[in-house]
Amino acid sequence: MGNDVLVLAEHRNGRLSDVTFELVGKARELADRGGGRVLAVLLGETSLAHELGVADVVLCSEDPAVATYNAQAYERAMVHVVERQQPRLVLTSTTTVGMDVSTALSVHWPAPLASYVVDVRRDGEDLAVTCRAYGGKLLAEVALTGPRAICAVIAGCFPAADGRSEVAGRSEVAGQVELLDLEGVFDGLGVSVAQVVEPEKGDVDITAADLLVSVGRGIGSRENLEVVQELADALGAPLAASRPLIDQGWLPKARQVGKSGLTVRPKVYLALGISGAPEHLEGMQHAETVIACNTDPKAPIFDVATYGTTVDLFDLTDELVKRVQE
Amino acid sequence: MRIVVAVKQIPDLVEELELTADGTDVDRELLKMVVNEFDDQALEEGLCLKEAGDAELVVVALDEPDVDQTLHAALAKGADAAIKLTGALTGWIDSHRRAALLASWLSGQSFDLVLTGVQAADDLDGQLPGLLGAQLEVPHISVAVRVEAEDGMAKVWQELAGGTVVVDEVRLPAVIGVQAARQAPRYVSISRIRQAQQSGGITEVEVQAAELGTEQFALRRLVAPEAAGHAEMLAGGAGEVADRIVELLRAKGLVRS
Ligand SMILES: Cc1cc2nc3c(=O)[nH]c(=O)nc-3n(C[C@H](O)[C@H](O)[C@H](O)COP(=O)(O)OP(=O)(O)OC[C@H]3O[C@@H](n4cnc5c(N)ncnc54)[C@H](O)[C@@H]3O)c2cc1C
Repeated sequence: MGNDVLVLAEHRNGRLSDVTFELVGKARELADRGGGRVLAVLLGETSLAHELGVADVVLCSEDPAVATYNAQAYERAMVHVVERQQPRLVLTSTTTVGMDVSTALSVHWPAPLASYVVDVRRDGEDLAVTCRAYGGKLLAEVALTGPRAICAVIAGCFPAADGRSEVAGRSEVAGQVELLDLEGVFDGLGVSVAQVVEPEKGDVDITAADLLVSVGRGIGSRENLEVVQELADALGAPLAASRPLIDQGWLPKARQVGKSGLTVRPKVYLALGISGAPEHLEGMQHAETVIACNTDPKAPIFDVATYGTTVDLFDLTDELVKRVQE
Repeated sequence: MRIVVAVKQIPDLVEELELTADGTDVDRELLKMVVNEFDDQALEEGLCLKEAGDAELVVVALDEPDVDQTLHAALAKGADAAIKLTGALTGWIDSHRRAALLASWLSGQSFDLVLTGVQAADDLDGQLPGLLGAQLEVPHISVAVRVEAEDGMAKVWQELAGGTVVVDEVRLPAVIGVQAARQAPRYVSISRIRQAQQSGGITEVEVQAAELGTEQFALRRLVAPEAAGHAEMLAGGAGEVADRIVELLRAKGLVRS
């Protein structure tokens, strides 16, 4: 049984994503403890391989099938690689790519899979894994037994610096870059990419604001948005929101904070009626100060907030508007 | 075209999550169970597809607490049939086993599309769409925000990190994990749900508890996150809290004077 840890690298617009460095850093730690290597798989953008110097080997492909993200092509490539490399552990993120690939690998390679992982440690022959569950209200302690495993890790849980070659003090391309031979792997694909649509730029840039008023499903209805808009206007802050409000069409996509929206780092993030699901936290947990208003004292948002209150958001908004407009 | 929508119940996350005595599961007898919100989105997208063309829509669920109400609601919204898979189903059912049970039923069915929620609050061993697609050996796409289908092909809008959307052409049959339907899930009145209930539209089918479980995934216990990083709670009513917040904003130079 090998002791290698294999990471699926993710990139977007010609850049490796932060979570890739987070995973590579963690992989390094786990591989060093177990006497194994760190393998990174980089599909589509071979030119980025030199940034993955913390890995021992970077396995690349420039095959046109993986030039843009294609769920089935990625899956086939990853199954092909792990069957040959037989790593001890595969790390992916919980992004779209991570969800598609980790689940398929778990069936085809077969290996146990833990998702929403926030921590993974060696525990004798097993892996001890902590996962975020039930919208962040609980943590699950899981043991993954057997000779191999897969963890899909939530972004932002491990330091990215550990995986960046320049920070971790490992010379560029410390590792080898190997081109994968994927001859025949993509024959008869049932998925093809017809088009890639980039998100529209919004009327306001919520990533540039020092103060954000952000609203969630606790607002109840579209009509109620008026009161928080009034507060945002009074404060001279843009109005941001959690995903469900965007999906309902109540606010434009450019106002969405979170995993599938924008990452914001304002001085103050005022969260009104937002529960603090892991996907939302990914986008705002690095704000300088978070002030959260939620009537549920157990809402996970309070675990990342600096200040919290369980008063009703409508009462609070009224009182704030009064004071700011004075 | 035949569309299957797989739905399941999860605990209502707004409520206090009581645990069982051994701490390995939430107390399913005690908790209020509601439909997984992403499964509701999947159902909506399925209904939109059905209305856009000539399709039959079947909704399927495992026999879990309070699932009848969800199946009746689906019928009231326009599903053509509701299937409840029965067997030895108690407690937390991991996604691998859920996928195996659904796959064993689906293998005897004709279907073009399986739609289900992209994730659920308790799918700790992975999300259903990928597991089910892989078990059925058909293409699978997660985080879909729109699906169109005709002539053995589907067009799927798949959202990546940061909001980039890839539009995929997918050969059917396929399994799609729906993040959001093209429109908000429709509302159905209690009286319509009651009607569906009275006409008794749920068909029960017994399935063999497939062996494809996850013995190598052992859930040791569930715990509340440590309060270490917890917020400082501001005391008082809305007025006092507002005073404190304005003070904080002022200290950071974010409100005038
Ligand atoms: C692949 C994927 C990507 C995702 N990406 C994102 C993303 O980018 N951004 C994002 O936000 N979500 C994202 N989500 C969705 C995420 O899982 C949650 O569903 C979402 O964040 C919940 O939004 P919410 O907190 O507004 O709603 P809820 O979880 O419904 O919370 C509403 C809260 O309001 C509180 N409340 C109710 N009434 C009041 C009141 N009167 N006063 C004060 N508080 C009140 C309630 O106690 C509750 O905690 C994604 C999901 C998936 C599967």
